Amino acid sequence: MGNTSSMLTQYDIEEVQQHCNNAFSQQEIVSLYQRFCQLDRNGGGFISAEEFLSVPEFAVNPLSQRLLRMLDGLNFKEFVAFLSAFSPRATLQHKIEFIFKVYDSDGNGKVTFNDMLDVLHDLTGQFISEQQREQVLTHVLEEAGYTKESLLVMSDFVKILGSSGLKMEVEVPVD
Amino acid sequence: MSSRGGKLSSSSSELDLDGPNIEDYLPSGSSINEPRGKLRLRDLLDISPTLTEAAGAIVDDSFTRCFKSNPPEPWNWNVYLFPLWCFGVAVRYLILFPARVVVLTIGWIIFLSSFIPVHFLLKGHDKLRKKMERVLVELMCSFFVASWTGVVKYHGPRPSIRPKQVFVANHTSMIDFIILEQMTAFAVIMQKHPGWVGLLQSTILESVGCIWFNRSEAKDREIVAKKLRDHVQGVDNNPLLIFPEGTCINNQYSVMFKKGAFELGCTVCPIAIKYNKIFVDAFWNSRKQSFTMHLLQLMTSWAVVCDVWYLEPQNLRPGETPIEFAEFI
Repeated sequence: MGNTSSMLTQYDIEEVQQHCNNAFSQQEIVSLYQRFCQLDRNGGGFISAEEFLSVPEFAVNPLSQRLLRMLDGLNFKEFVAFLSAFSPRATLQHKIEFIFKVYDSDGNGKVTFNDMLDVLHDLTGQFISEQQREQVLTHVLEEAGYTKESLLVMSDFVKILGSSGLKMEVEVPVD
Repeated sequence: MSSRGGKLSSSSSELDLDGPNIEDYLPSGSSINEPRGKLRLRDLLDISPTLTEAAGAIVDDSFTRCFKSNPPEPWNWNVYLFPLWCFGVAVRYLILFPARVVVLTIGWIIFLSSFIPVHFLLKGHDKLRKKMERVLVELMCSFFVASWTGVVKYHGPRPSIRPKQVFVANHTSMIDFIILEQMTAFAVIMQKHPGWVGLLQSTILESVGCIWFNRSEAKDREIVAKKLRDHVQGVDNNPLLIFPEGTCINNQYSVMFKKGAFELGCTVCPIAIKYNKIFVDAFWNSRKQSFTMHLLQLMTSWAVVCDVWYLEPQNLRPGETPIEFAEFI
């Protein structure tokens, strides 16, 4: 697929659509491509961290650094696959998997106490102290039947988040 | 631009839920055994609202929407155009460039000869001195802009000097600052640059009240944060201009500014600068080119054509967090 060309063929669109399991319609993929090219200012075929951070609303997000790690060096196809977790057509399983990957920064399939603490820190850093965060997290973990040493895997996340009516959707503007 | 609200509404309504406030469940000195509500692991782990915001920003953001431009069509190179292009190069380098250098030099001479006396002689009369320096800086910037044959169109009401105002603009190159400064003397937050630009920064720009930061210094963040607050409160200070993007060398700073700009609790007035790419590419890769080279390149192009839009000021509504506020802008 021509990463640096500004022409998106029908074949490309279908390939991308397949890759993201039909999470987006063809029109949405075209829109996403325009957006991708808009963000990829130097035309390198991928959006650099700098280019992501040039979107002010993204830069102020507390989880932007974690997301940048996941977004680094993605070409368009992978970019769409990344965003597919936010499509209304994505399954709950897919969304939970995405959240799991945000927590699991070393990508070994296990989320540790520290991983969770780090994310909490990103979200609440200036409001409460490290100690308080640890206390809350430990307490809440124990209540749910885990311990500080527990290593949570994907199925744990599904169990915890699965019944909650998780809403994580984004609308792709289609002109 | 009309449907901005619709796209982001899904995420802002989720922000109202945003999970139970962790602080409510912290032990106030005593044991953790009686939480006021039921904070469960599920609530802590559910970061979906924040992720949705981030994804929403990736997919579409109101700021970039200002700049939906068509990619310029490449020139059709053929036998006829090439000599024309060569002629154009000759004109640019041999005629325009020297003329511009002359204009710039004259400008510098006038500026320096007025600025230095004013700076020293009027040391006692601060108000008058500030006013004069402001005018001179504006003048100097006009010279700069003229030296690249800048055609700048300003849209929207001019910024007024009021306290508790912060201006936010997108950043393409160092010349953004000069273009904006030409119209109104702003105080800017910038990184200290090496070389002659640094010298400029320390002396002349100091007069309009700029704030410096040094990314390599550890404690600098706090110092700068304090300076920011002081400046904004000051009645007589020039309005503050922030470029929230910056480069991402030191992540702490970029994040700080982005949040900081909105946390200062003032009116934020967005400014959008758009360059017309047909004439020149104003995008400056500070890693690849030094500022001097970049200036020279601009001076040998045809013109710098850009539009500056002063957008509506936005206020922090009571109760909104800085993130929501940033989203609003």
